[in-house]
Amino acid sequence: MSVESDRDVLVRIRGLHFRRGPRVIFDDLSLDILRGSVTAVMGPSGTGKTTLLKLITGQLRPDAGSIEVDGEDVLRLDKAGLYRLRRRMGMLFQSGALLTDLDVFENVAYPLREHTDLNESMLRKLVLLKLEAVGLRGARDLMPSQLSGGMARRVALARAIALDPMMILYDEPFTGQDPISLGMLVSLVRQLNDAAGMTSILVSHDVQETASIADYLYILSQGRIIAQGTREQIEGDDSEPVRQFMDGLPDGPVHFHYPASPLDEDLRSPGRRR
Amino acid sequence: MRFEGLARLGRGVIGALERLGRAHLLLLAILGGTGEVLRRPRLLFDQIYNLGVLSLLIVGVSGLFVGMVLGLQGYYVLQQFGAEESLGIMVAASLVRELGPVVAALLVAGRAGSSLTAEIGLMKATEQLSGLEMMAVDPVRRILAPRFYGGVIAMPLLAAIFSAVGVLGGYFVGVGLLGVDEGAFWSQMQAKVDFQEDILNGVIKSLVFGIAVTWIALFQGYDTVPTSLGVSRSTTRSVVHAALLVLGLDFVLTALMFGD
Ligand SMILES: Nc1ncnc2c1ncn2[C@@H]1O[C@H](COP(=O)(O)OP(=O)(O)OP(=O)(O)O)[C@@H](O)[C@H]1O
Ligand SMILES: [Mg+2]
Repeated sequence: MSVESDRDVLVRIRGLHFRRGPRVIFDDLSLDILRGSVTAVMGPSGTGKTTLLKLITGQLRPDAGSIEVDGEDVLRLDKAGLYRLRRRMGMLFQSGALLTDLDVFENVAYPLREHTDLNESMLRKLVLLKLEAVGLRGARDLMPSQLSGGMARRVALARAIALDPMMILYDEPFTGQDPISLGMLVSLVRQLNDAAGMTSILVSHDVQETASIADYLYILSQGRIIAQGTREQIEGDDSEPVRQFMDGLPDGPVHFHYPASPLDEDLRSPGRRR
Repeated sequence: MRFEGLARLGRGVIGALERLGRAHLLLLAILGGTGEVLRRPRLLFDQIYNLGVLSLLIVGVSGLFVGMVLGLQGYYVLQQFGAEESLGIMVAASLVRELGPVVAALLVAGRAGSSLTAEIGLMKATEQLSGLEMMAVDPVRRILAPRFYGGVIAMPLLAAIFSAVGVLGGYFVGVGLLGVDEGAFWSQMQAKVDFQEDILNGVIKSLVFGIAVTWIALFQGYDTVPTSLGVSRSTTRSVVHAALLVLGLDFVLTALMFGD
């Protein structure tokens, strides 16, 4: 990884420290995302994958460390600079984050209306193409409240790619998708990446699907990278934590539980008073 | 142990000061969005409609009843001194100077301020504001600024309508029911209500109230704890703080304008 030249690295994170109150989320995290690649970030729930995406996009600020995107130091950028950078990034929120007062069509059209001067017929064509790509052209008149969770996330994806960004960050795009849409989405991620020359960061729990399209994988646990490599390298890695995560074994060094005191001790204690 | 109470007091004061600071920073950011509002007047018109036009009914009906009550009460007092001809000036002056701006502001805080807070708070809780930021759209300029100016513009207009309908209410009761001389009612009003002293001061008051009510509503929504309980608390706080601030400001402004 370290032999890659500077030009090939789109996102460079060095010595990242981040805590929420007393809880350390990242403890000296460093990673690179290569230009044009699909990079998967996996790890147990609550390790900070969403947090990592928010740090990369400048929505959160780390306690220490550096984050560079396309040669720009995210932490040094002022608001205007950050917004300029974000125009070239799309982010798919875990919740979708659609504007609830606009219908599906207008949601996808929103970034185009804000940042371009396209005429109405051009805009309509673009929006319909983006919706077609996620299989929801027929749902253009629905309001977000009329969508299922999986549909909402696909609309959000159409919105995230509306401006053809250089990089797209997916926060669990596959959750709540039926097998058909799942297959479609998985290939869409790869296709967008290759056809449009995008760079993709993919956070997902669907180990098999993710591994099948990712060029490079990071597995995070407890604030650190516990494994990284290509799919073959990860699959060939037989260290205990990696196997536990990739094979979904319930017990092992990676903790399924949020940190807590031992169960029997907890059950015996009088509990909180109400 | 002994200093527990003191520490809590200190924390409370520091927390309040921090909130006050954040509220002022937000106001600055909103004012920074003025250019954007001017460039896209459509956003502003939508909000004037939302906050102003949709508040017309409650403001109009309240104005009518307040004016009618003023007509009744004023008549009973003035009649004791044989001065019921002055009913017109009494009704008009109380409405234009005080009741119009103050009651309209309280009504707007309840009707429009609370809905602004809930709207912005929910947008925050459902990550819509973050979503906008990620689309490189500044929610303060795009969402908050038009609402702010919409509220500030709507408030004096609503107060004026409140006063006008109130005067009509006083007229119906005084002239229509109680038999005050119609000519005296209107001519005294015309002669004694001063443009600068009464009307202009009333407009200034309601402009100030408009800024206060909308600012509080937007800040409470923007600063909300992004949960159901958080949004519900902010909505309540928005109305309570706005009402208290309006009444407090009214005293200060009245003292400045009419005291000599
Ligand atoms: N607003 C917040 N305030 C305090 N702690 C938070 C906040 N948001 C997240 N956390 C904590 O930060 C940690 C990382 O959260 P994050 O959402 O990044 O996890 P994640 O890896 O995306 O999990 P999942 O796979 O379930 O989405 C969690 O332990 C969570 O408790
Ligand atoms: Mg997450």
